[in-house]
Amino acid sequence: MICDLADEECILARSTPVAQTISPRTAVQTRAIRKRRTQWSAYIFILPAFVIIGIFHIFPVFYAVYVSLNKGAINRFAFVGLDQYARALSSGDFWNALVTTLVYALLTMPITMALALFFAYLLYQPFVKARGIFRAIFFLPYVVSTVGSAIVWAWIFDPRSGLLNFVLTRLGLPALRWLIEPDGVGLLVAQGLGVNIPTWLDGPSLALVAVSIFTIWQFMGYDIVIFLAGLTTIPNEMYEAARIDGANGFQLFRHITIPLLAPTTFFVIVISVIGSLQSFNSIFAMNQAAEQSLGGPLGSTSTLTVYMFDQLYTYSNYGYAAAIAIILSCIILAFTLFNFKVLGKRSSY
Amino acid sequence: MAAVTEKRSSLPLAWLTQNLGQKLIYLILIAGAVWALFPFLWMVTSSFKSYAEASAAETFFPTRWLFSNYIDAWNQVGYFPQYFLNTIFIAVATVAGVLITSTLAAYAFARMEFPGRDVLFIILLATMMIPFEVTLIPNFILIRNLKWADQYQALIIPWTASAFSVFLLRQFFLSIPSDLYDAAVIDGCNNLRFLLSIILPLSRPALITSGLFTFLASWNSLMWPLLVTNRPEMRPIQVGIASFIGDAGTQIQLLLAAVTISVIPVIILYLILQRWFIEGIATVGIRG
Repeated sequence: MICDLADEECILARSTPVAQTISPRTAVQTRAIRKRRTQWSAYIFILPAFVIIGIFHIFPVFYAVYVSLNKGAINRFAFVGLDQYARALSSGDFWNALVTTLVYALLTMPITMALALFFAYLLYQPFVKARGIFRAIFFLPYVVSTVGSAIVWAWIFDPRSGLLNFVLTRLGLPALRWLIEPDGVGLLVAQGLGVNIPTWLDGPSLALVAVSIFTIWQFMGYDIVIFLAGLTTIPNEMYEAARIDGANGFQLFRHITIPLLAPTTFFVIVISVIGSLQSFNSIFAMNQAAEQSLGGPLGSTSTLTVYMFDQLYTYSNYGYAAAIAIILSCIILAFTLFNFKVLGKRSSY
Repeated sequence: MAAVTEKRSSLPLAWLTQNLGQKLIYLILIAGAVWALFPFLWMVTSSFKSYAEASAAETFFPTRWLFSNYIDAWNQVGYFPQYFLNTIFIAVATVAGVLITSTLAAYAFARMEFPGRDVLFIILLATMMIPFEVTLIPNFILIRNLKWADQYQALIIPWTASAFSVFLLRQFFLSIPSDLYDAAVIDGCNNLRFLLSIILPLSRPALITSGLFTFLASWNSLMWPLLVTNRPEMRPIQVGIASFIGDAGTQIQLLLAAVTISVIPVIILYLILQRWFIEGIATVGIRG
């Protein structure tokens, strides 16, 4: 029933002597078979996917805009226009979340990418054996659930019984509060040295830095895999030619690997920006595991998505949470467009 | 003569430095591997320690291996078997749904002619750009209104179609020579039969990749099940483990045992299908 037309054609094709002959089909005939009439049954093929995606992914975009223009409980919405947006833009918590999101992205992205490129380049060296095993080990943290690994890391960071403070104290360094420390790392260093610094030098909280270390650990292997795939696309002749011209290892890396890897780097940047602006799981799981409130301590790990979830889950502020989600989407879109406009042009060669 | 001696004297040195460089690179790689692996090893060995030993963090291996921690953890979590069954059921059902819907749609986009095909395909791709934060709230409201909260369908149905899988499979289907299709049509094959008996067996790599990532995403999902489940017996494992953090209190060794149990299935799956994970990522790039 689904494929009436195709069957009809099959029969036609069978009954025609041309198709019956064993002689190779001509290009014209092949094209004639391929370019057939409209196959209406195609709509039945795409229907299931489009029903699900339509209901749960496309319709919600419009509905989210509607929700963001309202206040109140589910099914008892009251239209308030752009009030929720105004409320967000005048809220200290919102701006704190926005700054935290950007700082977190800046703390995690460059380091993850630099480390990943470094390890990928070493792994790519032709003499390295067991490349597959190394790659598999590096990739493992990405596969394991965030909740599971966050619990382990939160325990390593634990102020009283954690491994990290045990090592620090053995080395004669002061123990730190890590995930429950709302003070900035700049401030902590200054206090350690006994100097005063202006507040704008406080820097991100130690808790946010600890979460960032965890994030770097989690995503490094992912970036390594992508960089490795990119490295293998660079023709070996390029390196050989440069080597004959007397280039040393660093020059090879600087003048061949970096420019020819640019499309891969661009890809990694685009998805890392999108991913880190939306980060939720690692922060939520770390907060839980360190028995902090969501986005704690003192809101210092509250990224936009965490803030939105808190508004939704804890306070049932649907309209406000929807407005935050839409603002966040616009930020993501702006960054992505910026990446394509500015970096996209430069990375193509 | 001078050149010869110079060459001779430089040879062992070159060999030494070259090898030194290689050794150094291996050393750095091993350090990196330890950095990636250490938290897991630390978790496993500590999960066998006594409370005092685990919280002292002084030794890597336990002085006495307490296998009873696992039994205690299993009993204390309470719904552990249920969490497992829930997660497996949800993940398998989601994978099945995604593969069915994606295969059909991908086939239509790759092989069939119909009005609006390109526009629909672009719309589909555009949905990949929508951040999940935006769809979260409307979907939550929808689930509430459908009275699906605390039901399996809330955890499965919204995720049974994936634009990404459609895209991945379509690209793969396009790479299958169309001569095969022409031959099959001549042999009297309809679209569905051609898809099932010829395309699918040839598309194993793409099916495994998309199934695997759907499975992983489902197994590790956190925010959505947190929102739509209240009753503990409906929760999947991630939410269950997260809520066990409070219940375990300071009994860190039990918490670590519970985490170890929860990650074992994924690690086993990863070890078996490691190649597909990594090649899938390398070719398409998905970020969770």
